[in-house]
Amino acid sequence: MSEEKTNYIEIVTRGIWKENPVAYQVLGICSALAVTVKMSTAVVMGIALTIVTAFASLIISSLRKKIPSNIRIIVELAIISSLVIVTDQILKAFFYDISKQLSIFVGLIITNCIVLGRAEAFALANKPLDSFFDGIGNGLGYSLVLVSVAFLRELLGSGKFLGFNIIPQFIFDAGYQNMGLMVLAPGAFFIIGLLVWLKNSLPGISKEKR
Amino acid sequence: MNPVKKLLDLGEKHFTGSGKFSGLAPLFDATKTFFFFPSPKTRCTPFVRDNLDLKRFMSFVIISLMPVLIFGIYNTGFQAGLALGESYTFSQSFLLGLRYVLPIIIVTYGVGFFWEILFASIRGHKISEGLLVTGLLFPLTLPATIPLWQVALGISFGVVIGKEVFGGTGRNFLNPALTGRAFLFFSYPVSMSGEVWVAATNTVDGFSGATALSVLAPEGEKITAVLSNSGFSLAELFFGLVPGSIGETSAFCCILGALFLVITKIANFRIIIGGVLGLSITAIIFYLIPGGNESWISAGPLYHLCAGGFLFGISFMATDPVSAPGTNIGRWIFGFLIGFLTITIRVANPAFVEGTMLAILFMNVFAPLLDYIVMKYTISKRIPNV
Repeated sequence: MSEEKTNYIEIVTRGIWKENPVAYQVLGICSALAVTVKMSTAVVMGIALTIVTAFASLIISSLRKKIPSNIRIIVELAIISSLVIVTDQILKAFFYDISKQLSIFVGLIITNCIVLGRAEAFALANKPLDSFFDGIGNGLGYSLVLVSVAFLRELLGSGKFLGFNIIPQFIFDAGYQNMGLMVLAPGAFFIIGLLVWLKNSLPGISKEKR
Repeated sequence: MNPVKKLLDLGEKHFTGSGKFSGLAPLFDATKTFFFFPSPKTRCTPFVRDNLDLKRFMSFVIISLMPVLIFGIYNTGFQAGLALGESYTFSQSFLLGLRYVLPIIIVTYGVGFFWEILFASIRGHKISEGLLVTGLLFPLTLPATIPLWQVALGISFGVVIGKEVFGGTGRNFLNPALTGRAFLFFSYPVSMSGEVWVAATNTVDGFSGATALSVLAPEGEKITAVLSNSGFSLAELFFGLVPGSIGETSAFCCILGALFLVITKIANFRIIIGGVLGLSITAIIFYLIPGGNESWISAGPLYHLCAGGFLFGISFMATDPVSAPGTNIGRWIFGFLIGFLTITIRVANPAFVEGTMLAILFMNVFAPLLDYIVMKYTISKRIPNV
């Protein structure tokens, strides 16, 4: 039992850090550019994607022996899209404002490469519970990047944190200005690039890669 | 033996091999070759034609920038005096301009060399001389009123993202100085556009610090007439006593610098001529389109050449040998399209009154593709003769 437990932790941390979907596999970049202007949207998007990935992996993995391999993409998409629609409806029902800001990007979780990628690469070949934790790990890894990018963009671009002004007025009086580039999509490109650079240059990360 | 050499020889053992400061070897090497020719020599044939190494190459560009720089400093002071309603003598204007321009240049070189030395020390290669030029070009593209911390941020972005992440001088596909400027332009539009071009805080009433390119004529009047009435006649734009970025205002000084670069074969004349041709032809086409009398569409090629930063950009930025194409046909196309895009952005996009920066950066991205196509074409022509 204890062996299996460490196994799950390993699966989750691998998704969060070592094989981080955005920073290592470079998946899910489009939504990472679009929803990271503000922290609140990034957090909600991260949670939504984590739930969808985890449950999609769980369901697909449970059905993996029943799914004929030549129509597996269609089956996977049917499962993922049902989950996405449920998530979208829940957001619309309970968090209408944020759902409006996220607009199409919740619906587009279905095209997010991470969900299908994990289903194809992991869930089809592993046990349901393993796949569930793999989905959680990858979802959290995606959320980690999203939240860090959104934190930097919101802080530098509009001087706010979760919508509150945190840069005091006297700094503005001293000549500080918000960095307009961070509000534009290229800002996210630069931040993600620099984060990947930072991650790869940390000791013990990319030894085997080089 | 002169004292500088003695001092350097004395310190050399600390920087080479297992010396105390061997990590700082690039810094030592840069200092040494700044004063003397590098000591490693080619041992066997083929020999290089002359001793025009990268450092001397860059010094020539610095020399060619001198007229622009000196005029820019003078003009900064002159414009400030004009705005304050006082008449300064030449030396007063120059000193006032120096007070604004010199800190910008010092900050650029300081911060730029910090990054350059950091990367050279970590990677263990020599400090490249590219920054000598970048560090002078970058301040010249800025308004004199820009806050110094933004200058530091801009040159950091230009050097690190525009150059070092790709491997340093010689491997950058964008012009680092322009990359830094573009970063500032999109990050801090308040400091980079509008009425920031004149270094004076309490201006006389009715004084507008806008550049010629942001002038719009009222309905029914011709833009050229309005321009000459508001102090932007063709001669004024040519000699450059108008508001603008520090180095861009004087077409005359840019032409001087460009001539020097072309005669010493540092810059490729094909890019410059191609650019001027592209700009003129596009401007004439827009000129011939009926209507649009009150905007820059109808200004004609001469105004477009002299106003804004086109001549500065095409002479000093576009001819950067690293980010420009390496084939001759590629250079013609590269220059021509820069001219074409500059006019198109100027007249068709009211959000960016000055298109030169974006045009050059955009074409920098295409330079490798141009080279590739030209080489493919040349090879395909050659094969039947084999």
